Amino acid sequence: MTATLPPDRTESARARWRAGIRRGVPFSIAVTAIAVSFGVLARPVMGSVAPIVMSIVVFSGAAQFGSLAILAAGGSVGAAIAAGILLNARYLAMGLGLAPSLRGRPLSRAAFGMAIVDSSWAAAAQGDGTFDPWYMVGVTTFQYVGWVIGTIVGVLAGSAIGDPRALGLDALFPAFFAVLLIEEVRGRRRTAAAAGGAGIALVLTPLAPPGLPILAAALAAVAASRMRP
Amino acid sequence: MTDVWITIAVLALATAALKLFGPLALGGRSLPAGVFAVVELLASALLAALVVVETFGNGRSLTLDARALGVAFAAVALRLRAPVTVAVLGAAVVAALARAVA
Repeated sequence: MTATLPPDRTESARARWRAGIRRGVPFSIAVTAIAVSFGVLARPVMGSVAPIVMSIVVFSGAAQFGSLAILAAGGSVGAAIAAGILLNARYLAMGLGLAPSLRGRPLSRAAFGMAIVDSSWAAAAQGDGTFDPWYMVGVTTFQYVGWVIGTIVGVLAGSAIGDPRALGLDALFPAFFAVLLIEEVRGRRRTAAAAGGAGIALVLTPLAPPGLPILAAALAAVAASRMRP
Repeated sequence: MTDVWITIAVLALATAALKLFGPLALGGRSLPAGVFAVVELLASALLAALVVVETFGNGRSLTLDARALGVAFAAVALRLRAPVTVAVLGAAVVAALARAVA
């Protein structure tokens, strides 16, 4: 893995956006494949149009897969919504982290906020608690395009693809997040936060409703922040 | 079908609200140093939890199935400096092969 560092902040916004685009290409390919699996899995439950609309307006793998699993199992709308919100609650923390790095009017800050996804937020972190917003937008750009196109392909090809599990498509999503995790974890404190987060999720999954184990994992970050670097 | 559309609409609005709260409420002001230290570590903790839930979770129970082999492949491939695309797509291939022979 060749680590491309976020570029110097003195470069123009366009140069930083382009650097982000280049960094985002491998993520975009993986995300497109994951979106195909979402389209395949969602079509029997939601019909043909709804999964595509969902990818356009929600644009979140965790919330989309999470709420789909509950609807597919015959769960209530309330449970599906609650799980989706809990799974995405991490965006609240990510937005709070990004905010001090944003300048400009509320509308411009909101536009940058909407561009947050896990991979781009992590890639845009400068390592000192600040973020490169244009770089983040660049990393996100083609992931959004791929997410929507992949969903359309999955919906259309669904009946030809057959059982998505037989193709191992359900392994794509966790593998993608494992890749993001491995690229993110460096040093003692991050290792401790990751180990703690994984442990909390393991223990809580059988005990708590979907989404809550992931949100509770944030406590591991609080605990690890007290450690010496 | 209405259920599906309600779920989509609410999740779209809620996701936007979660992403926008920080940028709109906080603006360009900075966070206290202690909060910053936590934010710096959040991605590690939350990503690790997502990996665990999506690899071993099956509703509210834990299972060990072909997904784990796929994720293990992705982790090893990345350690061996394989491209992200190979690591992620390879995970699906490994999981599919494991199910085919099982």
